[in-house]
Amino acid sequence: MKPLRILLWLLFAAFFLFPLYAMADFATRDLHAGGRTISAWVNLFADDALFAAIVASLLLAVLTVAAMLALLVPTMIWVRLRAPWANRLVEFLCLLPLTIPALVVVVGLRNVYLWVTYLLGESALTLTFVYVVLVLPFAYRALDAALSAIDLQTLAEAARSLGAGWTATIVAVIVPNIRAGVMSAAFISIAVVLGEYTVASLSGFQTLPVQIVEIGKSDGPTSVAASLATLIFGFVLLFVLSLVTRRRRP
Amino acid sequence: MTGASEATGDMQGVEVELSGLTRSYGAVRALDGLTLQIQPGELVALLGPSGCGKTTALRILAGLDEADAGSVTIDGREISRVPANKRDIGLVFQSYSLFPHLTVLDNVAFGLKMRGVGARERAGRAAEMLDLVGLATQSGRYADELSGGQQQRVALARALAIRPRVLLLDEPLSALDAQVRGQLRDEIRRVQLEVGTTTLFVTHDQEEALAVADRVGVMNGGRLEQLAAPAELYTRPATPFVAEFVGLHNRVPARVIDGWVRLWGQSVAALPGSVTEGTALVRPEAIRLTADPAGADTVQSVAFLGAVSRVTVALDDGSTVIAQVSGQTFEPGDRAHLSVESPGVLVVGG
Amino acid sequence: MRRLRQALPLLPFVAVVSIFLLIPTGTVIVNAFVVDGRFSLDLIAALFTEAPLAALLRSVVLSASSALIGAALGAVLAWLILSSAPTSLLRRAVLSLASVLAQFGGVALAFAFLATIGLNGVLTLWLQQLLGIEVASGGWLYSVGGLVLVYTYFQIPLMVIVFLPALEGLRSQWREAAVSLGASTWQYWREVALPLLTPAFLGSLLLLFANAFAAYATAAALVSQGSPIVPLLIRSALTSEVVLGRAGLAYALALEMIVVVAVVMVAYNLLVRRTARWLR
Repeated sequence: MKPLRILLWLLFAAFFLFPLYAMADFATRDLHAGGRTISAWVNLFADDALFAAIVASLLLAVLTVAAMLALLVPTMIWVRLRAPWANRLVEFLCLLPLTIPALVVVVGLRNVYLWVTYLLGESALTLTFVYVVLVLPFAYRALDAALSAIDLQTLAEAARSLGAGWTATIVAVIVPNIRAGVMSAAFISIAVVLGEYTVASLSGFQTLPVQIVEIGKSDGPTSVAASLATLIFGFVLLFVLSLVTRRRRP
Repeated sequence: MTGASEATGDMQGVEVELSGLTRSYGAVRALDGLTLQIQPGELVALLGPSGCGKTTALRILAGLDEADAGSVTIDGREISRVPANKRDIGLVFQSYSLFPHLTVLDNVAFGLKMRGVGARERAGRAAEMLDLVGLATQSGRYADELSGGQQQRVALARALAIRPRVLLLDEPLSALDAQVRGQLRDEIRRVQLEVGTTTLFVTHDQEEALAVADRVGVMNGGRLEQLAAPAELYTRPATPFVAEFVGLHNRVPARVIDGWVRLWGQSVAALPGSVTEGTALVRPEAIRLTADPAGADTVQSVAFLGAVSRVTVALDDGSTVIAQVSGQTFEPGDRAHLSVESPGVLVVGG
Repeated sequence: MRRLRQALPLLPFVAVVSIFLLIPTGTVIVNAFVVDGRFSLDLIAALFTEAPLAALLRSVVLSASSALIGAALGAVLAWLILSSAPTSLLRRAVLSLASVLAQFGGVALAFAFLATIGLNGVLTLWLQQLLGIEVASGGWLYSVGGLVLVYTYFQIPLMVIVFLPALEGLRSQWREAAVSLGASTWQYWREVALPLLTPAFLGSLLLLFANAFAAYATAAALVSQGSPIVPLLIRSALTSEVVLGRAGLAYALALEMIVVVAVVMVAYNLLVRRTARWLR
């Protein structure tokens, strides 16, 4: 049995790791002179458009996480404490984005976005709202698991009986006790936002993935370098997350 | 239950012998030369704290684990080489062992199906088994529709349906609510006596072991400390570990002189295995408490337990003992006078 | 009235979901039946003309193929992962990588494949130099066949993520109980393990299908021109509304997508709900 397992591991490793190696190789190629160069990687900072796109995506990720937490955490706490009848509804709405393709959403978004850009301007950061919706399923699951693991009722009542208002209760008492869930929701949301292409490209915003595809038409190595950077960053995020959170299974 | 007796009447228990079983996991010695004989039809309980090796012994007997050394004999035949699925042993787990995708009836009939028994005969025998454990009406249900106690009864029926030569129960009551535990414990014993299968019952709960078994084997660190009938275990523990693990006791400094120990003005026999000077282990029910306004001892607190009360008494030398009384009423602050009435105490070191 | 007070704080959440999810979806559904401001089935009819129908067929083939391959290989990989120690670094690393590839790597995956077997890909060049084989010419990577290969790169990890919990749910007690009752390894698999795992496997398969059908980023990054599959057809319809002579075709195509994915997800829910509790 053992040698079969090792063989299978090797085959899977080859299939999945080879393209990553190929990316690293491709991204360090000097197309004109042959040999190696790190100019593709330097372009991540040197190329204005690309750098701007990176910044935009990172800002977008941070904004999305903030908006998602500000929206979901109070809502989910409220449902558990005061409106349990709404639980199925909230769960359904949060898991709905899994069933409605992002492509469909962007097709139907045009009208809505005319209003949004009218009110808030043309920056890519207006994508925040859509992105919050896109990350809902992942964030909901992570937060739901964390909230189920604590005695929310007792914590909240204790805090309130000691004089804390709702904001203080949520921020100072509940959130610190669901840290793992919050981190999980945040990290996964960041990964989603950094890789999101469908809505951004079809709405005409210059986020990182969009820019990567643009550049890919003329500068292969740079776009591959940026793609690899995205993958590595996402992997590090999730790996660190898995080290920090403990598995629930008995 | 005549139907059940007909089905099970021809089951005769067989003798089981574990000899010199040793098993290590890396640096940990789970079993250290365990030797144990179970008589035909007997129910032996293996009792001990977690890690003492009792479950390991059971699993080796079942064939789910392999001993490093030693042998397992059933009905005179050595079975260490026999694979687990050919050993004809019934196994009841602590929990979650019913197949969730099969009905109760199909669960119970599973072993018969593995043996190639025809569908109609399978259903018939499975129904009889369910009748034996009192669940004949639940045969069409699924595992998650039953309570914990009911699931364990189905598990028992399933294990017995194949008419095993040996029945093994691995902490079958530990996952159940306290109230259900007592009922099911008696149920298991009733069924075992009716069917007559040689049985090994593993548990960490000493009350359970003493209530259900013909003999109890107390294990610690992979070794058998004492194997005896429950009453003997309780009144004449062979080692300090057994004395401390089974039942409550008080620890009183004592010295053994000529095989006798002096406790509160009386002489009590010292059990074999006692050290010359150390601590005597005295059962609460062996202590007699007499109300006495001039007594030297004071009642500190009383725990009313229904049939008996446990009274904590402070002695004039500052120490406390717990006495078990029945039929007397004491209040904290009462003065009283202690004496002891016991066939023997064990004096242990330390 | 108390209900109202309880419901009020939920308003921001419901508002965001309504505006940015429900309304766009509703817009799509409604507009698929509207031409020049009047109710019409023209757009729906257009779905059954040659190009959209061909795209639908290719989408289905692509989704089904990548789902089948992904499910089979993913199940094997999930079993492999389970066989390794639960808290080992290897397992955490593999699962993190699986998450990234399965859900967040659309564009990056496209470029990973370009770098591997694209025109100047590492593997392409190796095969050229070592064995004289030409793989990248003829644009195979940009055809449905090539897409199947690329899609498996995220379907396998997705299968691992979705199916691993089911495999973990196979309690050891069931195996031991079966064995003690006389089952051989083969009997255990046939009577216990397979019946328990099959619904979860089929459910995961459906999930993979829906995932591939709805996927856009990877195909869009690889195929810059042309619209062989439905998502890319939507792109054409959005970016040049004259392409098929029908404005608003994008709405009809999006509706088609909703229907297909919804049907698959309903089937998935029915399948999984009944049997999920077995493997909790």
